[in-house]
Amino acid sequence: MPQPLRLKAENLACERGGRLVFSNVNFTLNAGELMELRGANGSGKSSLLRLLAGLNTPADGTVHFENGIADFTLAEQAHYIGHVEANKPALSVIENLKFWANFLESELNENSLAAFKLEALASDRTLLLSAGQRRRLSLSRLTIAPRSVWLLDEPTVGLDAASLLNLQKLIKKHLKCGGMAIAATHTELGIKSTHELHMDKTP
Amino acid sequence: MTQQSIRALINRDIALARAQGGGLGAALGFILAVMVLVPLALGPDQALLQRLAPGMMWLALLLSVLLTADRMFQQDYEDGSLDVMLMGHLPFELVTLTKAIAHWLTVSLPLAIITPPLGLLLNIDTAQLPILWLSMILGSLALSLLASIGGAVTAGLRRGGLLVSLLILPLYVPVLIFGVAASTANLGPNSSTPALIMLSALTLMSLVVAPWASAAALRAYLR
Repeated sequence: MPQPLRLKAENLACERGGRLVFSNVNFTLNAGELMELRGANGSGKSSLLRLLAGLNTPADGTVHFENGIADFTLAEQAHYIGHVEANKPALSVIENLKFWANFLESELNENSLAAFKLEALASDRTLLLSAGQRRRLSLSRLTIAPRSVWLLDEPTVGLDAASLLNLQKLIKKHLKCGGMAIAATHTELGIKSTHELHMDKTP
Repeated sequence: MTQQSIRALINRDIALARAQGGGLGAALGFILAVMVLVPLALGPDQALLQRLAPGMMWLALLLSVLLTADRMFQQDYEDGSLDVMLMGHLPFELVTLTKAIAHWLTVSLPLAIITPPLGLLLNIDTAQLPILWLSMILGSLALSLLASIGGAVTAGLRRGGLLVSLLILPLYVPVLIFGVAASTANLGPNSSTPALIMLSALTLMSLVVAPWASAAALRAYLR
């Protein structure tokens, strides 16, 4: 029986361009838990997510990820969905998904297209997609390779009601399977979150 | 498993180059312009043109590759693909190496193959074509690898072209010197061998240094 995952941040601080974005951020997240990041624009939600994704180094403090896959860093066991899509406009929807599936050493399954109802758009060039459809495509990356930590930066932006429901379903399933998720959001995700971190209170 | 990621990345970059046209067309146009304009500028002295031809062709190849360097990582940086690649299991140095090789396959290698026949516009001796092909194909790999350093350093700059030229030009000088030396084989039957060996050494050296340098530059950008 593998030990349940645990993500622990202690006294985290982040500096960008010589300015202290946040400091003294502490949280502990267990398997199956969702943490919502709240706070005004510029309060450091995205910076915290990028820091956890290994795309930035903390100015102070530590991040511990317990009971994950040995030899892999936290970043290698996480999905990060940021504001930019990481998909190529010149390639089709299915080509983009196939590329990420192969690059992330996984295989494309039929669920990846179905998760956000992209079947009908599969062979369309990404260039032709609307903003919401592109968002759905980049969120589909969550389904193509199993990663235990999901770092979502305002995942609901641009989504219609049906897609929001699909996203909720996806996150709930992920949590039920013992994963964890951190989402920066201004709106209601519609999932009962176990933790809320208010970035404004950490000057 | 590593091969799967590398193959995916190479295939995607080739597909993108095919879909977008990319730098190859512009670079080819540049080479063609040089080849057409040099005889007009220097006059119809055929012996002079023949003597200058290898140097001019190398110069055209080198500068045309330089033209495409600033776009090597720009798109992947701007659309967040590099973020996801940094989080993959594939070492980031292998990502930059793979992208440099994809650049070689889609830009430098086709240019190195097309340039020698274009030398006919400069009255080149056809006996020189094989050695030109050999040296240019060998040297073009070094050109792509060194260009990846410049592309990485200027990934986040909108108009990085000039900066790339300034940064990479010194690194291109040895490739140019030994490339031209290898191609100018009219000193004797075996005279190009030492230069070809030096050119191979330069290519191998850039194979070792360039991926690390570009990965370090991109990491610094993503911070």
